[in-house]
Amino acid sequence: MTPAVRSEWRKVTTTNLWWVLALVMFAYTAFLGAVMGFSLAQQPEAATGGMGDSALSGREVAQSVYTLGASLGYVFPLVAGALAMTSEFRHQTITPTLLFEPRRSVVLAAKLVVNLALGLVYGVIGTLGAIAGGAPVLAGLGDGMHLGDGEVLGNVAFSVLALAIWAVIGVGLGTLLPNQVAAIVVILAFTQFVEPILRIGFAAVDALSGLARFFPGAAAEALVGSSLYSTTGMLDLLGRWEGAAVLLAYAVVFALVGRFTTLRRDVT
Amino acid sequence: MTRERTTVVGSTIEINGLSKSFGAVRAVDDLSLTIRPGVVTGFLGPNGAGKTTTLRMLLGLVAADSGSATIDGRPYAELASPAAVVGAALEAASFHPGRTALDHLRVHAPMVGVPDAACSRVLAQVGLADAARRKVGGFSLGMRQRLGLATTLLGDPGVLVLDEPANGLDPEGIVWLRGFLRHLAHEQGRTVLVSSHVLGEVQATVDDVVVIARGRLVHESPLSDLVAMAAAQVRVSTPDTDGFVRLVTEQGWDFSEISGGLLISGASPAQVGAAAHAAHLELHGLAGEGMALEDVFLKLTDPARAQVPA
Repeated sequence: MTPAVRSEWRKVTTTNLWWVLALVMFAYTAFLGAVMGFSLAQQPEAATGGMGDSALSGREVAQSVYTLGASLGYVFPLVAGALAMTSEFRHQTITPTLLFEPRRSVVLAAKLVVNLALGLVYGVIGTLGAIAGGAPVLAGLGDGMHLGDGEVLGNVAFSVLALAIWAVIGVGLGTLLPNQVAAIVVILAFTQFVEPILRIGFAAVDALSGLARFFPGAAAEALVGSSLYSTTGMLDLLGRWEGAAVLLAYAVVFALVGRFTTLRRDVT
Repeated sequence: MTRERTTVVGSTIEINGLSKSFGAVRAVDDLSLTIRPGVVTGFLGPNGAGKTTTLRMLLGLVAADSGSATIDGRPYAELASPAAVVGAALEAASFHPGRTALDHLRVHAPMVGVPDAACSRVLAQVGLADAARRKVGGFSLGMRQRLGLATTLLGDPGVLVLDEPANGLDPEGIVWLRGFLRHLAHEQGRTVLVSSHVLGEVQATVDDVVVIARGRLVHESPLSDLVAMAAAQVRVSTPDTDGFVRLVTEQGWDFSEISGGLLISGASPAQVGAAAHAAHLELHGLAGEGMALEDVFLKLTDPARAQVPA
């Protein structure tokens, strides 16, 4: 197992993709942090879109802004994890990979381990981005940075963890959908379009409103413990550890199904 | 012939009753063969004959429908450290274009427990030392072939399995590959299996030949036996074709009529000349023609003429 993990780690670090994605993620979350920080500091009641009953407190604003990486930037670790598997099929490197390690479960497990570690890196970078962009704005225009607040820092730590799990989900998804273009299209469509719409749609129908909590994005927000949606009371979330369990369940189910479909097939 | 053996000892590859169908296509059909160490074996057949499928089954990438393929008595996937027993290069395209040649090897080095120095060493062995830090995306097909070969050598395996390794090599590269493979087999005792769809490409490299067509074994022998099958033919030019037909029929030689004479097989030019002289037949031209080895190969693999004795 250890040699396979080292091999997979070297696969990540010997191409440019990981740091290009990390750089873009940092810029993206810093930008979002600054914009949202500005908007919420100016008008704390704006976040609710008129639906909530009260304006956010300074602490809630900080929690929402600092966890923007997990709320809106999770597509980066998700894509990175998926590409770890799909690029093997795209470039046919799956052949030498399986020649050096014919035990396919070991190859998959090594990718899951390496991408959990890589996901933590993305988690730190994405969360630091949101803080770097948001904290100065909150300090200047709002109620202060709240960076000494244990509850805020707790959300920040869970934001890192949620982003790491997204990378592991990505590996499972990439195994399930080894066609790289298909995997990226599905990720972008689901995270940017399908889930947000379904969540709002489900929330409007009583019979379905409970189900929306089990979407992966909603589960991740439950794990983080604060988000734009939840702090505003717009949507209902699971508890923190239930959210973590649901999020991990997605990772495990995708990886298992991928193991018994894609990774069971002949490699030609 | 003096052959010093080093500590590397090749293993025997055994394929027994191996079959595989893709849908309605029977890609490999009850194939059995043995590849021995210490020689270079050519695995030959036209495109689509089932060579790559056979190799992928041998290497555990494709599951066989029935039969077995073992190396040293064990299936590839059950070898303790497979890449240290078998080095295989299946296609020249299996590289990430954004990775350097050295990094491509460094990715796999942990699996065979070798340090970075071993990666540099195998690159030098295949003549890619200067390109070590260049990205594979900019490599020519010949350079990719060399990098594929370097990858197979990383674990210092006793068995090498190379699919079409001469593809894309320039003439100088082919000469180099020939010497390199013969050295690995003859001087070092490794098992070397090289597939090709062109006999001429490996003719000067291989000691043994295995020929398959439509997934079935059609010939297995030392190369010299295949050469012997390239039966001599004699071209006769004569105005008296009928007289010659009677003569060669009497002698029991095979022949075919061509314009202005006959093409006779099963006899040497001297035998044909002497018989013509004794029978007082008018003879304008007499020429021996060896059947090209490539023609023997085509005869073996062509469905219409597949019943040539093996």
